[in-house]
Amino acid sequence: MLRNLPVWIIAALLMAAGAAMCAYKVRALGLPLLPSTDTAVWTVEARAAFRARGGPVKATLLIPKQPPGFEHLDEHYISNGFGVTQEASGLNRAALWAVRRANGTQAVYYRLTVYETDTDNPTHQDPFPGYPRVPDYGESTQAAVNALLNEVRSESADIATFARALIARMNREGANPSVDSLRTGGDSPGAWAQWLVDVLAGARIPARVIWGLPLVDGTRDATLVPYIEVHNEQRWIPMSPETGKVGLPDDFLVWRIGNDPLLAVDGGAQPDVRFSVTRSQRQIVSIARDRARQHGSLVLDYSLFSLPVQTQNVYRVLLTVPLGAFLVVLLRNVVGVKTFGTFMPILIALAFRETKLIWGIVLFTLIVALGLGLRFALERLKLLLVPRLASVLIIVILLMLLVSLVSHHLGMDRGLSIALFPMVILAMTIERMSLVWEEHGAWEAILQGGGSLLVAAAGFLVMSNPLLTHLVFVFPELLLVLLGACLILGRYTGYRLSEFWRFRAVLAGKDQ
Amino acid sequence: MRWPGTILREAGILSMNQRNADYIMLNNKRRLYPLVDDKLKTKELAQQAGIAVPELYGVVKTEHAIGDLEDLLGEHRSFVVKPAHGSGGNGILVITDRRQNRYVKASGSMMSADDLNHHISNILSGMFSLGGMPDHAMVEYCVQFDPIFEDVAFQGVPDIRTIVFRGVPVASMVRLPTRASDGKANLHQGAVGAGIDMATGLTQSGVCQNARVTTHPDTGAPLAGISIPGWDKLLLLAARCYDLAALGYLGVDVVLDREHGPLVLELNARPGLSIQLANRRGLLPALKAIERMKTIPTSADERVALGLDLLVRHAPS
Repeated sequence: MLRNLPVWIIAALLMAAGAAMCAYKVRALGLPLLPSTDTAVWTVEARAAFRARGGPVKATLLIPKQPPGFEHLDEHYISNGFGVTQEASGLNRAALWAVRRANGTQAVYYRLTVYETDTDNPTHQDPFPGYPRVPDYGESTQAAVNALLNEVRSESADIATFARALIARMNREGANPSVDSLRTGGDSPGAWAQWLVDVLAGARIPARVIWGLPLVDGTRDATLVPYIEVHNEQRWIPMSPETGKVGLPDDFLVWRIGNDPLLAVDGGAQPDVRFSVTRSQRQIVSIARDRARQHGSLVLDYSLFSLPVQTQNVYRVLLTVPLGAFLVVLLRNVVGVKTFGTFMPILIALAFRETKLIWGIVLFTLIVALGLGLRFALERLKLLLVPRLASVLIIVILLMLLVSLVSHHLGMDRGLSIALFPMVILAMTIERMSLVWEEHGAWEAILQGGGSLLVAAAGFLVMSNPLLTHLVFVFPELLLVLLGACLILGRYTGYRLSEFWRFRAVLAGKDQ
Repeated sequence: MRWPGTILREAGILSMNQRNADYIMLNNKRRLYPLVDDKLKTKELAQQAGIAVPELYGVVKTEHAIGDLEDLLGEHRSFVVKPAHGSGGNGILVITDRRQNRYVKASGSMMSADDLNHHISNILSGMFSLGGMPDHAMVEYCVQFDPIFEDVAFQGVPDIRTIVFRGVPVASMVRLPTRASDGKANLHQGAVGAGIDMATGLTQSGVCQNARVTTHPDTGAPLAGISIPGWDKLLLLAARCYDLAALGYLGVDVVLDREHGPLVLELNARPGLSIQLANRRGLLPALKAIERMKTIPTSADERVALGLDLLVRHAPS
């Protein structure tokens, strides 16, 4: 064991490095582990319009900071002649458009691209705001609020259930005359939400109004919808002001927190903001790339995605070769399958990518069988080694051509893909198979040929597995893990499965 | 039902992976391989050390020199052609007699001069050598094998394989050609391996195609009970071969010649595992005992004594 310690240490380091790198890319950059590649991307455009009075104009539009359940991908400010700055504004951000002189109706645009993240129960992360002061409701209202609060308090366990029960009761008509008098508190959805916040403040529960946009593909002229958030001393809990239902609705982009005006215009009037929404599908991988750029991470700049697409496609294939090589290690050193040449089956498996499995096996067997027959005929001519190998190679190419032509005429276009077979490898296989045939008999030759074909087929299945190909392409550092595993198997001194058969006499003798 | 791996480990069976990783890689220095892979070099070294080997008639190094084969052979009627870098007995051609321009193979079939020349040409082009490198063809004395194995060998030359670990002989078997092995004494090719009791030099039952056999599949004669003449001398010869090449894990192939006694045919840096089946005994107990020893005697006599002593101590109960 001590002898193997350096191997174990190096292997452990390699595997840890590979796994850590992969974990970083999954967690920090959001690269997907599974090849289910598409996610919804929303593009929201806010059109802020106002009437300028002819003098200097300053328009401030509140824009989302960190909408729960979404990640920013990109944002653009579009205007004609305005200077744009962006600044923090309390819990929101603000975009400022300014111009020295403007007249008439003006419109500026803010375009935001976000994608949905897979967080459960998304919510705001900002801290506990402190307990609110009990507002001055006025004498008659005060009594009704107190009655309502007492009633709800007796039916609830904690802040969340209290708030929920309160909202539900406020929304129910005719339950209680004192509550009914409170239901007149708001005539617009925004005012109603603010009124709920005020009533909650009577129980010293911190709550606030948030405004969001329901994301529906193709929406035009949409406006923001109010929602409520209640803080339970640990986290903000979003609730519907109509039902008290906990949690944000699906596809709800929180645009701003609080009741500060969405658009404030100095030197203008009639501010109006309209939203339009479009939805698209994008690959998570390309989203991660954009996001890494926004975060200033260099990892993806030096990833395969920064290469030209053609080169990417080459690596898409090349990176599967280590998988096949590892399979060969397993099958030869742990199982004990005999093959012609160490990695010959992998090259055959690469050719199977184009022909697909069944056709690949059929064509391979056909070419090797025909080639073997002609090779035995050549044997009678007593040729020297290199000219004989060259002859076999030429014969192999002619056979491939023949198969292509015949299959094309028969209308089986799959047969054409035989052109992608590695012909030198085929020629060497035929040569070695014929030698084994002569020296060790037909059985041994067929055994090794069958073994090669079996390994090639298994290699094809592994190398074309969508999950594995996705993993090695998006996370090439996983090859370090594979390398570590190879090092460990390099010191595997246990029995091969085939040795249980080879030493069956020992097993039979000792197991009685 | 117990796990098969446990049974094999308890029986001390050395696996292919362990042979490669723990014995060949750790005990056989890579730079020493050419000494045994090149049979010409082995022969030279052996002759310098006074170890008996089959006489070398000559070497064919070029295509052109094939034509001079007749001169090279001179009066010798029987001879063996083998690739200097051959492996697994491939490419070895045994000619037992010459009749005009035709040659009689060990199997009794005839071969034309053209066939022979083509065979040598194949050897030169590297068809039988490790890695397909161009090679030389050796032409040497055809061993007139001792008749003691006559009943249990189907043509060809039987030889005695001994595994020598750090100079200590740990196991032996006699390899007997069969019809299936085409006169070759290679277990891969279907030859029979019969175990040898190291202490007495008596053959035991054996193995053929990994299955246990008690009789020769072609002749039907029992394998066990043949006493090998000069067994002590043979063990000593095997142990001395360690001094030639300093390969820690070595297979020594010896043939018994009617006139010349035991001759070293070749050394093998990667001897196979079937010797364990032939002897019905795993190699691991002896190998591990030798690994644990701090010093190993320098004289070959003492190493042979040590090997016999180990076998008694690690005999399966």
